[in-house]
Amino acid sequence: MDKLISDLKSQIIAQLNLQDTKPEDIGDDQPLFVEGLGLDSIDALELIVLLQQHYKIKLSNAEDGPKVFYSVRTMAEYITAHQAQNA
Amino acid sequence: MSNDLYISASCVISDHVVFKDGQSIFENKESDLTGFLVSVYRHLNIQYPKFHKMDNLSKLGWLANEVLLQDSFDAAKYKPEDTGIVLSNASSSLDTDIKYLETTKDIASPALFVYTLPNIVIGEISIGHHFKGENAFFIFNEFDAGFIQQYVSNLVNNDILQCCICGWVELLNNEYKAALFLIEKDKSTNSVIFTKENLNKIYQL
Repeated sequence: MDKLISDLKSQIIAQLNLQDTKPEDIGDDQPLFVEGLGLDSIDALELIVLLQQHYKIKLSNAEDGPKVFYSVRTMAEYITAHQAQNA
Repeated sequence: MSNDLYISASCVISDHVVFKDGQSIFENKESDLTGFLVSVYRHLNIQYPKFHKMDNLSKLGWLANEVLLQDSFDAAKYKPEDTGIVLSNASSSLDTDIKYLETTKDIASPALFVYTLPNIVIGEISIGHHFKGENAFFIFNEFDAGFIQQYVSNLVNNDILQCCICGWVELLNNEYKAALFLIEKDKSTNSVIFTKENLNKIYQL
């Protein structure tokens, strides 16, 4: 899980062009939207693209978005659960 | 009527050099275009993380506007709806359109898609400065100083705007040029009369 969280932080920074942000600046449980990293709706779409490109995961239910993309840890948990389901 | 208006400030960015009111204030000939734009951003020492998410056309326009307004614009003089933006270029948003089209071969990029209109440059500038005045983005083969002078004069002389940021923000591949002008009713120390001839003179720096 730690490796996945670390990878996700780097991938988020690259995907969202957060050039002034370092992986260590993003807390594992820090909210990604609004009060946390301050991401917006376009960033949310880019995170969906990130899941597809790096993990071959298509978010099947849009209503899951806020829960899945709450923090880097919730993203990692979603990816892990998805990979376990498809193992 | 046009003699009532003044060019209070100007910014020209081309060939990896930034000019403010005709004076070179920054130069970086070592980088490619993207690197040059980031170096101008760092030079201005402004914290605006959204800059990094913009496409190159918006970065160019946003930077030219920051240089234009720095130490030249008194925001307190105007209400948000008093300040308008009238821009023009030749290639519209084609630079980003092509990049976006490339991404559609795999997974289309939402972040690129939002920049596939040239007037997004105006949006980026307006968001940053809370401008809510009239705006327009025109496509011409080349910088048409006469049109800009007439169009902006009409807006300001008819009190639709009290001041206007106008000019040219062109970028395609590695070719680019930005020339922005701050047009106001009041004469200031370094202002020149808002004429087609003066626009062309500054543009051709």
